[in-house]
Amino acid sequence: MSDARETAFVEFERVQKSYDGETLVVKDLNLSIAKGEFLTMLGPSGSGKTTCLMMLAGFETATHGEIRLKGREINNIPPHRRGIGMVFQNYALFPHMTVAENLSFPLEVRKVGKSEREERIKRTLGMVQMQDFGGRRPAQLSGGQQQRIALARALVFEPELVLMDEPLGALDKQLRETLQFEITNLAHELGITTVYVTHDQTEALTMSDRVAVFDDGRIQQLAPPDELYERPDNSFVAQFIGENNTLAGQLTQMGDHRCLVKLDDGATIDAVPVNVSKPGERTLVSIRPERVEIDPELGPDAHTLDAEVLEFIYMGDVFRTRLRVAGRDDFIVKTRNRVGQKRLTPGQHVKIGWLPEDCRALNG
Amino acid sequence: MTDATQGPDAKTGVTPDTGLRIVEEELAGPVLAADGTPLRRSLNKALRRQKLRALALIAPLLIFVLVTFIAPIADMLFRSVENQIVSETLPRTVVALRDWDGEGTPDEEVFRDLARDLVIAAELKNHTRLGSRLNYETTGASSLLRKTGRGVDDIGEELTDQFIALNPAWEEPATWIALMADEGWIADQAEWAAEKEAAQGPFTTREPAFRLRDGVAEMLPRTADIYADFARLIQTEDRDSPTEEEPWNIVYQALWEDLTLGPVTLPEDEPLLAEAAVAAPTFDALSVTDAFVDMDRDWADPELWGTIKAFSGKYTAGYFLAAADFQLTADGIAAQPEDRQIYGLLFGRTMFMSLTIMVSCILLGYPIAFLLANLPMRTANILLILVLLPFWTSLLVRTSAWKVLLQQQGVINDILVWTGIVSNAGRLALINNQTGTIIAMTHILLPFMILPLYSVMKTIPPSYVRAAKSLGATNFTAFRRVYFPQSVPGIGAGCILVFILSIGYYITPELVGGTTGTFISNRIAYHISSSLNWGLAAALGTILLVVVLVLYYLYDRIVGIDNVSLS
Repeated sequence: MSDARETAFVEFERVQKSYDGETLVVKDLNLSIAKGEFLTMLGPSGSGKTTCLMMLAGFETATHGEIRLKGREINNIPPHRRGIGMVFQNYALFPHMTVAENLSFPLEVRKVGKSEREERIKRTLGMVQMQDFGGRRPAQLSGGQQQRIALARALVFEPELVLMDEPLGALDKQLRETLQFEITNLAHELGITTVYVTHDQTEALTMSDRVAVFDDGRIQQLAPPDELYERPDNSFVAQFIGENNTLAGQLTQMGDHRCLVKLDDGATIDAVPVNVSKPGERTLVSIRPERVEIDPELGPDAHTLDAEVLEFIYMGDVFRTRLRVAGRDDFIVKTRNRVGQKRLTPGQHVKIGWLPEDCRALNG
Repeated sequence: MTDATQGPDAKTGVTPDTGLRIVEEELAGPVLAADGTPLRRSLNKALRRQKLRALALIAPLLIFVLVTFIAPIADMLFRSVENQIVSETLPRTVVALRDWDGEGTPDEEVFRDLARDLVIAAELKNHTRLGSRLNYETTGASSLLRKTGRGVDDIGEELTDQFIALNPAWEEPATWIALMADEGWIADQAEWAAEKEAAQGPFTTREPAFRLRDGVAEMLPRTADIYADFARLIQTEDRDSPTEEEPWNIVYQALWEDLTLGPVTLPEDEPLLAEAAVAAPTFDALSVTDAFVDMDRDWADPELWGTIKAFSGKYTAGYFLAAADFQLTADGIAAQPEDRQIYGLLFGRTMFMSLTIMVSCILLGYPIAFLLANLPMRTANILLILVLLPFWTSLLVRTSAWKVLLQQQGVINDILVWTGIVSNAGRLALINNQTGTIIAMTHILLPFMILPLYSVMKTIPPSYVRAAKSLGATNFTAFRRVYFPQSVPGIGAGCILVFILSIGYYITPELVGGTTGTFISNRIAYHISSSLNWGLAAALGTILLVVVLVLYYLYDRIVGIDNVSLS
């Protein structure tokens, strides 16, 4: 999405938000979302992601900065005139109305004629495979069904932008996966721009075109899922997305695409410098567990580390081994369960290594 | 929607669909438990212990409520139809009156029965109670009966004298015992008297209860009837013996009636009676009717007799008719005179004012409850304390405060005059009328509207209104179509509470209502404590109860009681 800025559909510019006048919940947010893009705001609770969504929906006002929709500033437009569809965390289906009445509501307030209303309700219910449920009340539906109706209601008046606030949080795992798939498909089919808020990283990775990782009121990294996982910009993103091993050390040598890090126990390893600049700096080195090799057959110049096996867990498709490396007890290695794969026993001493490009030296 | 792995996901638990399925399964035959008994029965068995324990836990409260609440209410309701006093006090008269056509004064025979009934009633001091009862229907009946009770003893006095003049034996109690008493009783009595004589110190055994001689009731029906009562009362009330007491005048009167009026067949071996039977027609007898009319002219009034006849049944609809501004007369049901029709007006006023109070409570309470439910917790709690503050003040104090505020020379009028809104001469009448009652009761009942509203509104998530707005509804539409319908259960609960409380309210209308602002409850209280017409009070209370139940039922039909939420 390199052209996001030029064709920005939704734009946050230097947006700040404070509830109490003392602390900023959202600090200097800049974000452009392209038309048709599926963008996920991911972050731990309290990171400001829901506040951003609410500001976009119009339920919270930005303390500072500008929010633009299709190039038009919307800070002072009330929510009902923004024309943004929204799916709420607990669906917020009106309990005193039937499913059809719920869907009819946004059309009625838009003064859509009766026959067209019925036509659109039917079509939208069909999209979420709920065409037979128009006469039910929300309380007579299961969680997943309610979720579909909430989605249908947000889509029935054909908004260009749909916001979703942790819509799948209350569902069980299997249902969640089905619906993740359906939502992304629907969004792409209809060409809707979607802003999705979640704290579930798997959901974010599987559904989104781009993910904005929030922490402490700022976007820590905004990138497509694969980049986010493989090339985290900082240690927070590395920790937050997927499993990650970190080793603390000091930068000793700085090259163009390589640097040397001296770990606290004295061992030296190669790494890719990401946001470190000069030797002597403290750094956290990040390696994904599945990129670590045990007793590696690497080139002669590759660095290896001594490790002691603390725990070996059989997980079916993978083996998960916990090692003591460089004085830390929480170094995890994941190996695929394939024919001939060694099974380690606690107490065993092994050598571990990895390709230098998998090892990223991040800010300390 | 290319590859949906499954259709819309199944819902666990009973939905209309699965409910139907369950019913269908049940139609296929009862489900059996492992040991072959129907599952339902073995489940009931398993739950019985639990149910018994639950019952034991509520038993103390249940008994308490039954004894102190349900039973008195049932008794009160019973009083609204109960009317035993007339038929118990005047048993003979009531029977004799059956043939009376309601025209003119009843005949001599009725008065003779009345005389016998009243002598006994006066002896038992029951005539005054009968007087109060009849007084509810015919004014003056109370003093009439009190007066009659004093003079009724003298009826038949002239006959007593003539019987004794004929033969002094008639003065002897022994003569009467020989004539009236059962031989077995005479023997028992003699034995008892001997024992009493022989006993040293206090003797507690009661004299054997008097028994009439066989055949005497057929021979001298009136005499036997009244003498039996005489003997019984002498024994039970006076703790004396009929063997030692000369009979009342009314007994001689009855004997004279038997000897002169009835076809009497006297036995051969009663010379005393035979002699009296010959002499009696020559006696100088006075009319009993005249004797009564002499005591009080009202006894000649057909209206009084009509009332006695109309209320001669054991149960009566009279109280309910009175409560509905009708009265029961000998000719049937008739409307009360116009100047006495007050209950219809009072019921109507009670309904109207309760509705007004309820509506003003909604109008004032809804915004407050809305504010409370949408403020941050801390502020809401402080406000809630302000709402509850009146509860911590005595009802009497609050009502009295309104007296100070609302009276003609009160704070509100003073301010209005001072600001020039009303002139000094045109001070508003805000108290001792309906306005006063409505203002004070709206204030007092407001928390009962706010609290259920608040508790319902608190459970309406803000996301509903947000969702409505995000779907394009203006603030007003979102409120009207989404928020308000969901707050209706709170309004319902508040309305029921306020309406039912106000319909039976007493203290406040009593203090600030004057004459035009009082409720039916004030009238009920008046009948309970001042006029002592408990039957009418009970009837009014029953009507009030029924009205509330009917309203409750209508409310259930229209709004649905499931839509009421108190918490």
